[in-house]
Amino acid sequence: MIADMMRNFELYQPSRMEDALALLDRYGKDGWRMAGGKDSLDWFKDRVKNPKAVIDLMGIAELKGIREVKDGIEIGALTTLTEVEKHPLIQKQYGLLATAARRVASPQIRNAGTLGGNAAQDARCWYYRDGFPCYRAGGNTCYADTPEAMNREHTLFGADRCVAVTPSDTAPVLVVLGAKMVIRSSKGERVVEAKDFFIGPGVDITRMTVLEPEEILTTIQIPKTWAGAQFFFEKIADRQTWDFALVSVASAMFIKGGVIDRISIACGGVECVPRHLKVVEDIVRGEKQSEETADLAGQAAVRGAIPLNYNHFKVPLMQNLVKRAIRSA
Amino acid sequence: MFDQKELRRDPVPAEQAENRSMSALNPNISRRDFIKGVICSGATVAAAGYMLQGGQALAAASGTVERLVSLNVNGQVRRVDVLPNETLAMTLRYKLGLTGVKLSCDRAECGACTVLLDDMDFYSCSMLTHSVRNRKIITVEGLSSPSGKLHPVQQAFVDELGPQCGFCTPGQVLSAVALLKVNPKPTREEAALAMSGNLCRCGAYDHYLKAIMRVAGGV
Ligand SMILES: Cc1cc2nc3c(=O)[nH]c(=O)nc-3n(C[C@H](O)[C@H](O)[C@H](O)COP(=O)(O)OP(=O)(O)OC[C@H]3O[C@@H](n4cnc5c(N)ncnc54)[C@H](O)[C@@H]3O)c2cc1C
Ligand code: FES
Ligand code: FES
Repeated sequence: MIADMMRNFELYQPSRMEDALALLDRYGKDGWRMAGGKDSLDWFKDRVKNPKAVIDLMGIAELKGIREVKDGIEIGALTTLTEVEKHPLIQKQYGLLATAARRVASPQIRNAGTLGGNAAQDARCWYYRDGFPCYRAGGNTCYADTPEAMNREHTLFGADRCVAVTPSDTAPVLVVLGAKMVIRSSKGERVVEAKDFFIGPGVDITRMTVLEPEEILTTIQIPKTWAGAQFFFEKIADRQTWDFALVSVASAMFIKGGVIDRISIACGGVECVPRHLKVVEDIVRGEKQSEETADLAGQAAVRGAIPLNYNHFKVPLMQNLVKRAIRSA
Repeated sequence: MFDQKELRRDPVPAEQAENRSMSALNPNISRRDFIKGVICSGATVAAAGYMLQGGQALAAASGTVERLVSLNVNGQVRRVDVLPNETLAMTLRYKLGLTGVKLSCDRAECGACTVLLDDMDFYSCSMLTHSVRNRKIITVEGLSSPSGKLHPVQQAFVDELGPQCGFCTPGQVLSAVALLKVNPKPTREEAALAMSGNLCRCGAYDHYLKAIMRVAGGV
């Protein structure tokens, strides 16, 4: 049964970066970059986003593959989540990313979906996805932040008109590992830290990342900073497969003589961007890795949370996940 | 016969309109070229630009897609006319008659439409046919031998009384084949993870897992 046929669009499958960038310049906001299509095609089928031209990037070989470099690894934005999950070097040195990639969606989606597409995917607020004319869609209401709204999945922090959260399982990991996002347009290249790549509604309510319509994310660089650290990743979702995180936690620590020497930690599903828990890092750094430290970390993590009508459960959930990360990583 | 006057009256999509203006520019443009232009999917606006400038073959330069494509399906090359916005499930099921490809959610959420591309499992409802032109496509119809002998996974599914209603079965079989290709001796947990992208409303999961373990164990 086919519910919706996608609207017509012009399809381009360039194999060279210059051609893709020229097409994006030409079409501007009417163009759509597509990688694995796992976010894109649903938008088209629902007829909520109707680009004139779809630029399928999967034919551009230079955007694929995992390379070891002097200061870590470089992952082409179009590398699939399955390749990320199975790659021996990622498993060995940056296991946090492999674990998170394996928790995305389902095996068939990971075989097609890309790391770049996963990081650049759009919000999963169903009001927005269903085509409600909300703030994020350019309107002047948030349908998820009303007394009757279904907002069990929505935000605890940083609400600014919109209350959607980051849906990406890999995004918090990229922030924790200090990844650098390499972005190219016909005008040149820029490199953005993962923590600045993701943006909240206060910066621009209509998009989730700094990517401009004519830019392509080419590479994700993971520096050696956290290679071989003790990692912890946990994602809580209603089902083990397909479902997005209600809350997730990702952390990297170096422990010296039972004391937390260095730490990087972030949560997904609680804010529009991965929530980098700097306050937790400051509290636990130099402390013993103990139940007491974990307790303090959990309490500090949720300070300032403002739950909506139906997502109060996320507060203790987040608190416990942070505790677990500190305790058992 | 195409009559240019006639064409001008019809509401035409952008790429044809472009052809129209080109034929207006150049009265010598042949009918054959014109038809070629129509067969090409949209997106020839840019191409026409390049063509006028440099005479370069447009499709190659800008990557526009041709609608008539060759697909390698179940070991055969099939020629088929594919729209730019057509999913692989649509092409396989409704144009090539491969009804073993089931369409259920059409949203990458159930696994009924699972097919193999170069031996890996994918949701055919959520891929554009144009993006699999160079890949080896296998549907459940392509698993048994020409003599009708079932693939070992299919046979094991039968032996373990795997399916109940059978709707999810083609997808389940193909995911199992994909798993065993890269991991011929999976643990039960590995098999469960690999099969986790396939829903079964009848709840035959355990039977399917048993069937996979039967093939893996060579029982
Ligand atoms: C049923 C279902 C369940 C899901 N569950 C999860 C889940 O549990 N966890 C999770 O994290 N995700 C989940 N997702 C989302 C999916 O995993 C991601 O959307 C997928 O990884 C996206 O990758 P893609 O390559 O298919 O993206 P695409 O759909 O191709 O692209 C996604 C977005 O990124 C942009 N984009 C892609 N590549 C680039 C690039 N190189 N440069 C610039 N822009 C780019 C596109 O324009 C588009 O806006 C789910 C999706 C579905 C359909
Ligand atoms: S029909 Fe494709 S996954 Fe459900
Ligand atoms: S056997 Fe009926 S859906 Fe699986």
